[in-house]
Amino acid sequence: MSIKNPTRRQLIVAGGLAGGGLLLGYAFSGPSRHTLAERAVAGKGEQVLATWLKISPDNTVTIYVPHADMGQGVVTSLAMMAAEEMEADWSLVRAEVAPAEKAFANESFGLRYTEGVHIPPMFQGLTDAALLKVAQLMNVQITGGSSSVRWTGEHGMRPAGASAKDMLVRAAAARWNVAPGECVAKLSHVTHPSGKSATYAELANDAAELSPPSHPVLKSKADFTIIGKPIPRFDIPSKVNGTALYGIDARRPGQLYAAIKFVPVFGGDVVSYDEKQVLSRRGVRKVVRLPGVGVAVVADNYWRAKEAANALDIKIDAKGNDAVSMKTIYAQHDADLAKDKGSKDVEIGDADAALGQAAKRIETTYRVPYLAHACMEPMNCTVWIHGEQAEVWVGSQSPLTVRGRVADIAGLDFGNVKVHPYLLGGGFGRRVPVVKGFLDFPSEIDFATLIAKEVDAPVQLLYTREDDIQHDAYRIAVTSTFKAALDANGNPVAWANRYTSKDEPGEAAHIPYAVPNQSIRYVESPTAVPRGPWRSVAHSQHTFFTESFMDELAHEAGKDPFEYRRKLLKNEPRHLAVLELAAAKAGWGTPLEKGHARGIAIQQAFKTIVAEVVEVSVSPSGDLKVHRVTAAVDCGSTVNPDTAAQQVESGIIFGLTAALHGEITIEGGAVAQSNFTDYEMVRMADVPAIEVHFIDSGAELGGLGEPATPPVAAAVANAVFAATGKRIRELPLKNHDLTPLTAKMAQAAD
Amino acid sequence: MTVSFKVNGVRQTLDVEMEMPLLWALRNEMGLTGTKFGCGVAACGACTVHIDGVATRSCVTPLSAVENREVVTIEGLAAEQGAKDALAPIQAAWVAHQVPQCGYCQSGMLMAVSALLKEKPKPTDAEIDEAITNVCRCGTYPRIRAAIHSLSNA
Repeated sequence: MSIKNPTRRQLIVAGGLAGGGLLLGYAFSGPSRHTLAERAVAGKGEQVLATWLKISPDNTVTIYVPHADMGQGVVTSLAMMAAEEMEADWSLVRAEVAPAEKAFANESFGLRYTEGVHIPPMFQGLTDAALLKVAQLMNVQITGGSSSVRWTGEHGMRPAGASAKDMLVRAAAARWNVAPGECVAKLSHVTHPSGKSATYAELANDAAELSPPSHPVLKSKADFTIIGKPIPRFDIPSKVNGTALYGIDARRPGQLYAAIKFVPVFGGDVVSYDEKQVLSRRGVRKVVRLPGVGVAVVADNYWRAKEAANALDIKIDAKGNDAVSMKTIYAQHDADLAKDKGSKDVEIGDADAALGQAAKRIETTYRVPYLAHACMEPMNCTVWIHGEQAEVWVGSQSPLTVRGRVADIAGLDFGNVKVHPYLLGGGFGRRVPVVKGFLDFPSEIDFATLIAKEVDAPVQLLYTREDDIQHDAYRIAVTSTFKAALDANGNPVAWANRYTSKDEPGEAAHIPYAVPNQSIRYVESPTAVPRGPWRSVAHSQHTFFTESFMDELAHEAGKDPFEYRRKLLKNEPRHLAVLELAAAKAGWGTPLEKGHARGIAIQQAFKTIVAEVVEVSVSPSGDLKVHRVTAAVDCGSTVNPDTAAQQVESGIIFGLTAALHGEITIEGGAVAQSNFTDYEMVRMADVPAIEVHFIDSGAELGGLGEPATPPVAAAVANAVFAATGKRIRELPLKNHDLTPLTAKMAQAAD
Repeated sequence: MTVSFKVNGVRQTLDVEMEMPLLWALRNEMGLTGTKFGCGVAACGACTVHIDGVATRSCVTPLSAVENREVVTIEGLAAEQGAKDALAPIQAAWVAHQVPQCGYCQSGMLMAVSALLKEKPKPTDAEIDEAITNVCRCGTYPRIRAAIHSLSNA
């Protein structure tokens, strides 16, 4: 086999498999929106994806997906994209999370990739610069930023499938001595009008000898037979009978379990402890000090390890951080915001001047607290260090980063660390491991490795739920101040916003509305509380702020909040269509039961525009119920409409939990909440009716895992205002007395 | 101390602490990893199993409480339901409605819902809300409700 047409921007590699079959991979460097992913992989501006498909002698096609499936159905969606272009018979398509296939670990196979191929920069710092490693590492793509379908799928899976089809057709044409253009690929066969027909499997070996096309031709949407269909997910059957394996389910012979007694205060350390307190307990094998973190206890059963860790008295030094509380953090935000003008985010026109001349000026401040991810599967990582080798069993949004991190901490060569990717029991940004200089806080990956260095067996570190809530990498608390000016007709002529701590993505605080003078600026306000990406990242805070404040302006102007937005979106046709669809489907403006009200909000995130109309009721005593959420979504088009709708439902409920209940507070330098008992989740009884409507705009594909989360909080708060007259400027809603102002006035009059 | 009880129809005798929660005996001593750890304080339902047919949160159930009783886990659900196929009707409904996302909470959901349906074959929405208090972080609740109703209308 040889490598054909390698270029810097695009790399297609193909080859025959021992035992027959065709293996084809496609790597590229693509758009660089998501700096999180960029930083993780070290190469500036580079996104390298490798997607692979294999044709086996029984004519099945196996598609290896380089992304973690943490519930979003991406393994199925990506396989659909490859199968579509390949003209595969879907009943013969299988999918696996790479690299479950032994062929990829086969050295002689992998070595064939090393001839004359440029190694993309992302791999250079992470590998020993042999493409063997690339072959072994193709499961490395970070899963985040709602990127799987729009990057890997659009730029990897579809071209890979199209390339395979092209090669199979040319192989058939050569065999039959006819022109490739006369042959048709369909349902995993190539046929010729003369009646000749061959299965993909029969052509695979010949195809493997051909050059992949440099510019594979993609199908047009009108010809799709797989994309756009609600195809059942591959992973569901294993998730209803207990056979699906998550990181926590990793089991190796002789495996031990570890629990940590954490130092509760961020930035504190362990001063002393007496390991004799627990070493004599049944099953306890080892006590390991983790500097700056706590003390780990290793035992032969997790419950024994946890009970022993609980029993261990540790003396800690808070290093002065025990004075940190929400009061000090918010005071710091306020001081930092008052200090100077901050850094530029958006400057259009002259907001200061417009504010000075305004007919009406509105000023206000919004805040949101820290949030934990609370993935259903508590954090865990299983590591076995034996000799110069390490093996890791973990569910991660970036197995490659895990590999590098374990190698660093264990002091091993990168090539001597093997990561076995397991399913993730929720991710939401929490299972993106440490990246130097960005998410630079220690995590369970680090701790598990440190513990494994001290133990001569595979060891599984598992957090309790309390550990998970109290030692997360939190969605940061943000304070955001606004000033706006309205002209005599109530139209906004100035929008001035200053907020603490810029985060990803950079445009989260931007507004789509036609406001002629805008000044959006930020100040950094760092704290010792570990920060991390949380589903939709900065959109989760800023959409609440900007869409609530826009609602305030509408009410100040005496206008209907939908009509007010509509007018300001006249230059944004996609936004306008989404807003109007949500309003129409929700029956905006039609009468509601007494005590009920609607709120609306819209946001573009990860290239997808979502508008949500929420219907709530607030009882005279202030009890809030969310009855209905109507969502309109323009993500370009959908690959699998059923999983797409699932992701929107999921994002709405995730955002609703945050809006209603979500609050992590810092008291005494530590997290005050500990479990689902005081970090409440939306449950069955709280779930509103949810309707999802997609607009097939044909625009560039947007993400779906995250964009439905941002608008919920603002839409609920705007509905609460409509129902009660109370403007909620700080989340969560549970902290507010929502007794309607009119009812209160009525009570006072009694 | 030994404790003896049936798990998925098979008698098990364990020489472990009587206060060890059933969850950790299942997961660490018997290799039955389908039952999940979620909170450890009976607040999320991920660890739900059937004990003598009753949905029970195994993370707070000490082994002393299961002596001589019959425990069924997700691995034994299809057999307990008398399913002729690999999947019981409730599991097939979960597949038909494409309920799971990450799937981690679904073992507990299925055990909780199957116990509810045994007691109330046609639960109302209010009965579902009251009985199914399990947490799903992915928000599969609307599909769980739809799957339950499809079973009660079957």
